[in-house]
Amino acid sequence: MTEFDWTAVTNNLPFLMQGLFLTFQLTILAMVGGILLGTVLAILRLSAPAPVPQLIAGYVNGLRAMPLILVIFWFYLLVPLALGRPVGAFPSALIAFTLFEAAYYSEIIRAGIQGVARGQLQAALASGLSYAQAMRYIVLPQAFRAMLPILLTQSIILFQDTSLVYVVGLRDFLTAANIVASRDQRPVEMYLFIAAVYLVLCAGGSFAVRRLQRRLAR
Amino acid sequence: MNYNWNWGILFREPYLGFLITGVITTIQLALIAWVVAFVLGSVLGVMRTLPSRIASSIAAVYVEVFRGIPLLVWFFLWFFVVPELLPREWGRWLKRDLPDPEFWTAVVALGLYTACRVAEQVRAGIQAIPRGQTMAGQAGGLSQAQIYRYILLPLAYRRIVPVLTSEFMTIFKNSSLALTIGVLELTAQARQIESFTFQGFEAFTAATVLYLVITLTVTVIMRQVEARTRIPGLLGQKGG
Amino acid sequence: MIEMHEVDKWYGTHNVLKRCTTHVAKGEVVVVCGPSGSGKSTLIKTVNGLEPFQGGRITVDGQAVTTSGRDLTRLRARIGMVFQSFELYPHMTVLDNVCLAQTVVLKRPRSEAEAKTEALLRRVGMIDHARKHPGQLSGGQQQRVAIARALAMDPIAMLFDEPTSALDPEMINEVLDVMTELALEGMTMMVVTHEMGFARRVAHRVVFMDDGQIVEDRSKDAFFDHPETDRAQLFLSKILHH
Repeated sequence: MTEFDWTAVTNNLPFLMQGLFLTFQLTILAMVGGILLGTVLAILRLSAPAPVPQLIAGYVNGLRAMPLILVIFWFYLLVPLALGRPVGAFPSALIAFTLFEAAYYSEIIRAGIQGVARGQLQAALASGLSYAQAMRYIVLPQAFRAMLPILLTQSIILFQDTSLVYVVGLRDFLTAANIVASRDQRPVEMYLFIAAVYLVLCAGGSFAVRRLQRRLAR
Repeated sequence: MNYNWNWGILFREPYLGFLITGVITTIQLALIAWVVAFVLGSVLGVMRTLPSRIASSIAAVYVEVFRGIPLLVWFFLWFFVVPELLPREWGRWLKRDLPDPEFWTAVVALGLYTACRVAEQVRAGIQAIPRGQTMAGQAGGLSQAQIYRYILLPLAYRRIVPVLTSEFMTIFKNSSLALTIGVLELTAQARQIESFTFQGFEAFTAATVLYLVITLTVTVIMRQVEARTRIPGLLGQKGG
Repeated sequence: MIEMHEVDKWYGTHNVLKRCTTHVAKGEVVVVCGPSGSGKSTLIKTVNGLEPFQGGRITVDGQAVTTSGRDLTRLRARIGMVFQSFELYPHMTVLDNVCLAQTVVLKRPRSEAEAKTEALLRRVGMIDHARKHPGQLSGGQQQRVAIARALAMDPIAMLFDEPTSALDPEMINEVLDVMTELALEGMTMMVVTHEMGFARRVAHRVVFMDDGQIVEDRSKDAFFDHPETDRAQLFLSKILHH
């Protein structure tokens, strides 16, 4: 057993917080992008003419069959090639996460839309609303309210998943800790510290989601 | 876009061998970790439904702690932290004498993490069974253990086959995280081929296709399991 | 006003509407009745294109009902519809429920829409509940709001799809009273209902359906006093002796 020495943590707190900030940045941007794209995919899959729904199903199921790490590697390789110039790890990771999470969000949103009673869509159409207006004013508001807890839970998973940017060297919370751990030779304290921070944030988040769920259920 | 295609590289040694050992390692890692996850997850899931306060709290804390920390952090905890916290001899055995320490650490990390997810599914499966089933068992003179063994678990497992399928597929995907501690599974081998040959497209395409094949195979096998275990006429099952 | 000519509808190989022909003249009230599963709800939903149909022709005010497109949307805005399960929007207040299509479809200014809404809610006796959400109302109250919502579009005709079937018995009359008043004012109405008392009092004609077919289509008195077919006689004897 080694003696604990937490000074490595306290001395490097600003550096670690920068990493945590990047983690949050990546989470929030990918969440917003993923939900927007996921909504579009879900609506098209439910209402567009063939072959659009089939193509979207292929996209969604294909990405869901792949490990996230491989997706991150793919985009780390593809994005600079597609743009014809090198970009940082952040844009390629953000694109990877947005497209990957959109596949998961779209399945949640599709179930949410299908969960809104069919009569609601009929009533909206009967009053002269177009399909798009019926979605915008009637179906989506109800669907999002019902899905909110699941979307938030998925976003907590996304928050944890962003730690995988470690494999392309992007300085998120985990990578920052990893850099300090190997420089200061204090891996034990370092990893215990970030594990504790992740645990507090995620357990707190899922506690809040459960409370929200109970409030919505009433 | 200038790129020199060379699909032939995938079928040339040593790269073909890289892919083959990668697939084998991925499958071994996922299957062994799944056994750990399934057994431990079932025990924890049952514990959460027991009347004993202590048993259910222990299981609840386990689930909360494992779910609250990213899997990649768990890999680092098991690989870098745990050997240091153990008594010196144990730590040394882990680091020096254990054959293939990276692989077995990955099994532990992946298995214990997935156990918390299996536990939640097993708990939900048991809690979805109407109380009358337990009462009928009690009325018939069965002990608590017998009620779980003969009534609750067989019903719960059948009910959760679809979600277990998805967890089972997730463990194959999650096994790719083992590359961070040096396990040469499929994604790591694809990465290795890329860095040796700069043929990233071909290497990642091969890995993607192989993962799709694994996923499809798992889906087909689990459909069989689902069909075999279906109870005729039971509500809540498709086509039952 | 509403003309249906040889309307045919299939669900796969199942023929749910078989060459249905009928009409509703301006100012006329037509009650559609028949045993459950006879296709009457499907029939009324083809009038505003909520249910697509494969054969025949439907026109409303001279305009053909298509299966989709802008013309259909515009036509729907002119036809009011009331559903069996109310279908008020649960996430909006009563006021917003009635205002929505007025502002979004007819582009009425909000103040004008609200004034119209208040007048209609007063008329159906729901003005005191304007700020509530549908979940806080009884079934009868919800259905009265749904009628106000349809009337807010100044419809040229109203479709009622079993408007009282989901209601507790004590609430049926409050809804039927509103409908009766509407009929006496000369609204063109097509009503799917089992309320034979309402049909006797208010309807001009009765359409009797069975197994996807229009079996009888006659004046109210002729239908109730001398039903022609055995099926209609059987139906009436069952429903009147309850």
